[in-house]
Amino acid sequence: MPTYTDMTRCDGCGECVDICPSDIMHIDPVNRRSYNIEPNFCWECYACVKACPQQAIDVRGYADFVPLGHKVRVLRKEKKGLVFWKVTFRDGRVKEFTFPIRTTPWGSIKSPSAYEAPDPSELSSPMLAHEPAALKVETLPTLPPSN
Amino acid sequence: MDSDILIIGGGFGGCGAAYESRYWGRNLNIVIVEKANIERSGAVAQGLSAINCYMGMQWGENQPDDFVRYARGDLMGLVREDLIFDIARHVDATVHKFEEWGLPILKDPKTGRYMREGKWQIMIHGESYKPIIAEAARKSASKVYNRIMVTHLLMDELHSNRVAGAVGFDMRDGTFYVFRAKAVIVGAGGASHIYRPRSVGEGMGRTWYAPWSSASAYGLLIPTGAKMIQMENKIVLARFKDGYGPVGAWFLLLKAYATNAYGEKYEASWLDQIKSLVGKYADTQPMPTCLRNHAMLEEMKAGKGPIYMQTQESLDTMEKEETGWEDFLDMTISQAVVWASQNIDPKERPSELITSEPYVMGSHATCSGAWVSGPEDLAPEDYQWGYNRMTTVEGLFGAGDTVGGSAHKFSSGSFTEGRLAGKSAVKYVKDLQGDAPQVDEAQIKKLKELIFRPLENYKVGRNEIVAGTVAPSYISPLQGLQRLEKLMDEYAGGYSTFYVTNEPLLNRGLELLDMLKEDIEHLGAENLHQLQRAWELHHRILTAEAVTRHTLFRQETRWPGYYYRADHPKLDDAEWHVFTASEYDAKTGDWRMSKLPVHHIIK
Ligand SMILES: Cc1cc2nc3c(=O)[nH]c(=O)nc-3n(C[C@H](O)[C@H](O)[C@H](O)COP(=O)(O)OP(=O)(O)OC[C@H]3O[C@@H](n4cnc5c(N)ncnc54)[C@H](O)[C@@H]3O)c2cc1C
Ligand code: SF4
Ligand code: SF4
Repeated sequence: MPTYTDMTRCDGCGECVDICPSDIMHIDPVNRRSYNIEPNFCWECYACVKACPQQAIDVRGYADFVPLGHKVRVLRKEKKGLVFWKVTFRDGRVKEFTFPIRTTPWGSIKSPSAYEAPDPSELSSPMLAHEPAALKVETLPTLPPSN
Repeated sequence: MDSDILIIGGGFGGCGAAYESRYWGRNLNIVIVEKANIERSGAVAQGLSAINCYMGMQWGENQPDDFVRYARGDLMGLVREDLIFDIARHVDATVHKFEEWGLPILKDPKTGRYMREGKWQIMIHGESYKPIIAEAARKSASKVYNRIMVTHLLMDELHSNRVAGAVGFDMRDGTFYVFRAKAVIVGAGGASHIYRPRSVGEGMGRTWYAPWSSASAYGLLIPTGAKMIQMENKIVLARFKDGYGPVGAWFLLLKAYATNAYGEKYEASWLDQIKSLVGKYADTQPMPTCLRNHAMLEEMKAGKGPIYMQTQESLDTMEKEETGWEDFLDMTISQAVVWASQNIDPKERPSELITSEPYVMGSHATCSGAWVSGPEDLAPEDYQWGYNRMTTVEGLFGAGDTVGGSAHKFSSGSFTEGRLAGKSAVKYVKDLQGDAPQVDEAQIKKLKELIFRPLENYKVGRNEIVAGTVAPSYISPLQGLQRLEKLMDEYAGGYSTFYVTNEPLLNRGLELLDMLKEDIEHLGAENLHQLQRAWELHHRILTAEAVTRHTLFRQETRWPGYYYRADHPKLDDAEWHVFTASEYDAKTGDWRMSKLPVHHIIK
């Protein structure tokens, strides 16, 4: 059923509900915990798995072509800028990987209005914000118009 | 809700539009409205492992005109060269910004340059690609509305060809939203689930493009009468079987190769046959994506499957093994699930490849979408009627999957196109000088009734039955979707016919589509979640109709490997070196088809 929620771990915080791009993680009104209301519209994108503070969500691959017995687990450490993966094969072999996810602190991106306002006449030029400097070449390439 | 610029869809195009429009329009009210949460929405929700469009002009690696030649070659001659050149000349600046914001881009230790996957692609650690881009967009927008499904665009009361905003509903509490705006930028993404997917049952969401890519980019535009082009240019992808793991890094970086079941490299053996179909285009280097598909399909039809990606020799170092796995863990996690569950270690065994169901999109190796005005300094006269990236509807702009004719933009190019649209929209709004569009209250009232009708249909119809999903007076959004997928698959060239169709099949498909269009007036939605699915289905059906009509209109097989017109099996440059265009009249339901010229501005 692509994602499923562990009854004993979930505390019903709703982070997974907030993030699922498919709008399919919902809080069950009886148990007050989350569950996947529409597994056949799950992309196994792991957005909910990564967002869950309790590590309560797991994925059991699509029943129509995925045999049982596997696990692909993820831990995303946002502050450390790392993501950890543990892949367990059906036959028990394990592979682990760690990858960086961001090189700057979260929240550090500058708003475009933090830059000096452009000259209004530039609005008619083909240049975009921060060009040509951001292009790292001197001029914006162009062509003579042709019909 | 009133705004100056309304951005529909906070994906790569939408986020780019927000950033650039704020840079130029410091005091403007810029609003993003998104059906999910921009933090993880759109095709890049789970991340990507490569940026597929980067020139590297700073190192003299490629120039924009090289890129135009490449994209034109891949699409068998038919692209908007002005739009592609425009993206290519700006895209490096976009990528440099991404790196500055904190996206880890891999570097070649010897040269210090970005590590290339292929001529146009660079490698990233892209798990957080979307959250990073979303942060930039959040800092740019005046307000971001998450979880609002936009269902329709609003038109101006006085000028029938001018946009005035959009309407939608809040998926959490059902509030009806009216967004009035001077300019609207649509970045609502391409379409999966137009055709029956290969996966069935529980797995049906495992498509290559995200199941939430629900064709809104087209479904919102078509009813306004905006001119659409190349809707027949749907894409079929060769991918790792079932998991849909992408093949780019494996072919290009890791130098894995495809063979038939007997270990034979088969591609070259089909070259003469391909020449007989497409003539000179068979000699294009690299071989166009559709033709590589064609060779694989012929090999499978000849009974030499499964087709395999020979991965074993590619993973001789730990570093390469990590690259291979990260490729999936960053962007198609299901593929890692498939390998783990089926005990496939790519160091030891090859993996099956197969072709996907067709998708409709404007940003990948294909270019369906809206006909837009080109950049002033590049576009030929007849490609230019106003502001850059403005559709044929005044004040209505597009980016990413929305825009037709500009293939191969991918994530970085879609963001760049969003920036181009954002800057133009600011100029448009300034030029209006307060001449805001007017919205007719009657139009809004009618739309409100229409939008919530599926909830009403359900409430009424549900009383007729005891329980279950079978009802005489309504169908569910899922039932409607499955009907759409079956008919497109069987009549409009899906995988079950090996992508083959013809005029009688397409006409029969249109007849059945008409009935489906009548039936979706009777959709029943049990709750707000299903109401979202109901409107996604509306957008998909309009898009499917456009695809079918364009496929019928283009009487040639332009892209063998994407689809085949069995009654016109060859490429026909004499008649069809043109774009196909359509305009829909929402009042009468008529479609006006036409041809538009392809201008080559690059030698
Ligand atoms: C598996 C996969 C692999 C890929 N690999 C690469 C790669 O390696 N490199 C690369 O550069 N590119 C890659 N791409 C392509 C890239 O993701 C797309 O080209 C790009 O995201 C398109 O941008 P867009 O803004 O048009 O659409 P999206 O980014 O999909 O954004 C559309 C947005 O609109 C929202 N939306 C849709 N409908 C509505 C509505 N009705 N109301 C409100 N909001 C709505 C969606 O939720 C979404 O946020 C890949 C894509 C996929 C799926
Ligand atoms: S894996 Fe993705 S699509 Fe599936 S429930 Fe989680 S967030 Fe939603
Ligand atoms: S995020 Fe985790 S703990 Fe919170 S509701 Fe979802 S599954 Fe439960």
